[in-house]
Amino acid sequence: MDKMPKWADVILTPLISLILAMAISALVILAIGESPWMALKTMVTGALGSSYGWGFTLYYTTNFIFTGLAVSVAYHAGLFNIGGEGQAAMGGLGVALVVLALPWPHWALALPAAAAGAALFGALWALVPAWLQARRGSHVVITTIMFNFIAAALLNYMLVNVLRPVGSMDPASAAFPPAAHLPKLSEMALGLGIEWGRNTPANITFFIAIAACFLVWLLIWRMRLGYEIRAFGKSEPAALYAGISPLRITVLAMLVSGALAGMMAVNNVMGEAERLVLNAVEGAGFIGIAVALMGRNHPLGVFLAALLFGFLYQGGGELALWTSIPRELIVVIQALVILFAGALDNMVRMPLERLFAALRRKGA
Amino acid sequence: MDFATILQILDSAMRLMTPLLLACLAGLYSERAGVFDIGLEGKMLMAAFASASVAYATGSAWLGLAAGIAGASVLAALHGLASITFRGNQLISGVAVNFLASGLTVLLGQKIFGLGGRTPSLSGAARFDEVTLPLAESLRPLPVVGRAYAELVSGHTILVYLAFAMVPLTWWVLYRTRFGLRLRAVGENPASVDTAGVSVARLRYGAVMICGVLCGIAGAYLATGISAGFVREMTAGRGFIALAALIFAKWRPWGALGATFLFGLLEAVANRFPNLDLGFVTLPSMFMNALPYVLTVVILAGFVGRAIPPRAGGEPYVKER
Repeated sequence: MDKMPKWADVILTPLISLILAMAISALVILAIGESPWMALKTMVTGALGSSYGWGFTLYYTTNFIFTGLAVSVAYHAGLFNIGGEGQAAMGGLGVALVVLALPWPHWALALPAAAAGAALFGALWALVPAWLQARRGSHVVITTIMFNFIAAALLNYMLVNVLRPVGSMDPASAAFPPAAHLPKLSEMALGLGIEWGRNTPANITFFIAIAACFLVWLLIWRMRLGYEIRAFGKSEPAALYAGISPLRITVLAMLVSGALAGMMAVNNVMGEAERLVLNAVEGAGFIGIAVALMGRNHPLGVFLAALLFGFLYQGGGELALWTSIPRELIVVIQALVILFAGALDNMVRMPLERLFAALRRKGA
Repeated sequence: MDFATILQILDSAMRLMTPLLLACLAGLYSERAGVFDIGLEGKMLMAAFASASVAYATGSAWLGLAAGIAGASVLAALHGLASITFRGNQLISGVAVNFLASGLTVLLGQKIFGLGGRTPSLSGAARFDEVTLPLAESLRPLPVVGRAYAELVSGHTILVYLAFAMVPLTWWVLYRTRFGLRLRAVGENPASVDTAGVSVARLRYGAVMICGVLCGIAGAYLATGISAGFVREMTAGRGFIALAALIFAKWRPWGALGATFLFGLLEAVANRFPNLDLGFVTLPSMFMNALPYVLTVVILAGFVGRAIPPRAGGEPYVKER
């Protein structure tokens, strides 16, 4: 089976998928009568050319790290968690309930509590599909899709009927108290005497996201549970034979996955909007799928892929601002990445495997 | 609630269930052949856009329908390529199809019409007219039956009748033709079909393309039948409700009719009574909106009859060497 060196599998296949996705996106841009080169330049300048751009890019990156990690942890257990969107939305509810429940004296106290609330709500939202998959055999993909819609309806109900302040017409919660304001990266930089990224939403949650990457690596590759998760994902009968409980692994993997997706809310609800609004997740849950596929389900890969999508997301906004290309271009790129890195993986891989086989024959 | 209100709600349910029914039957062909399809939503969306654009350009709803079918078929072929030829993950492919449609429709729509992703409003021959069935007006004076016939059965677009006709047709194809038998077999045990000398890939491609055509009709109905033009994200989760209905129907054609009617009715009731007052409790509209999904989870959990998907669903077929 060893047809390709490991580095080629880890680096070349995602890279080629990305290049294919970009090439087709360039064709799409050409087809709508714009210059792909100018589009790329606008995106790079807008997203990476200034500390202002970076402040937004890192904010989006933070979201995508959480949702990407969520998808990849479930993926290691052989589960396709497509419900990151709903879990992140419920995480938002958890954050809002925690922050609005008590008069928090300082953000340093509110942050762990809110993060716990986000993780708990996200995890609970993943628990039912996980349990149903393990106990009743209902497919986790379908149930998590359904739970996305149920979460949207539930959130809509909570915002309109419960959390909306008296007298407000807006379906949104009350604004969070100023004491619960999370430090922005720009404010932290200013504290060090550096002028960086004024008025950008990137905040301290970015570091939590990086810590989450490390913790997921620790969990998956250095802990017993992670080993069991991977064993279960590779072969269920073998895992069963080794005494690994399918129910336990399915539920635990989905709980971790849901908690990670929920944690995203610390960034977008507490760190940015500072209140809970409708559709706060804005599709980040689904981008997590592309991020995990692109990053080969490894935390380092997820981090890099999240950075890439953060750049695309911010760059896409700039495109819509400066050119006549709508920001939906990003959705197309996202779809193509999912297509090439996920569904058409074999199409990318087969020629590569043949190439390496030919090289080896020549070398031998 | 008087008779007129009930008729109105049922009438609205019939309109709303039509795209669900078409998409549900579309998914039925694909999944019965062993190819999971969570890209119904994307195919419908693409079809809605293509049909509205062409109907606007040509002034013909029929050409719009053809364009809608073509648009959905391209995405269906892509799904087939990924999941049959390249044996990729069918669920991931479906996700990609959904996003591709979501992005491309707005991108192209903005380029062509410059209306922020909308198409211009359609009128006249660019939309499907309501068909008055024979005798509808002369039977109207009859109490209950006549009125129901005139208001409920008559007065829909041709696509509604087509959708309803597809139910017995699908049943006949699946259970009374050789193609149907093989289609079901390839979804349960592709190796046996292969052993019998029938191409698994060709059968599955056939099923996936039928799925594309039906999604095309569903999308065209959304854009040129039920409403007058395309708006971004106009499918609004209907592809997923259809998927839910398919599970609810346990992958059977007559079940699909019942499930989509139920879900259409729920939507119609939610539209008519945003806050349904049942006397002891008031149900908010969000509850009605979420009900199809909740019911599907309950069905999937097997608490009310068990839904068992086709056995080979989701697995690419690898020929033995």
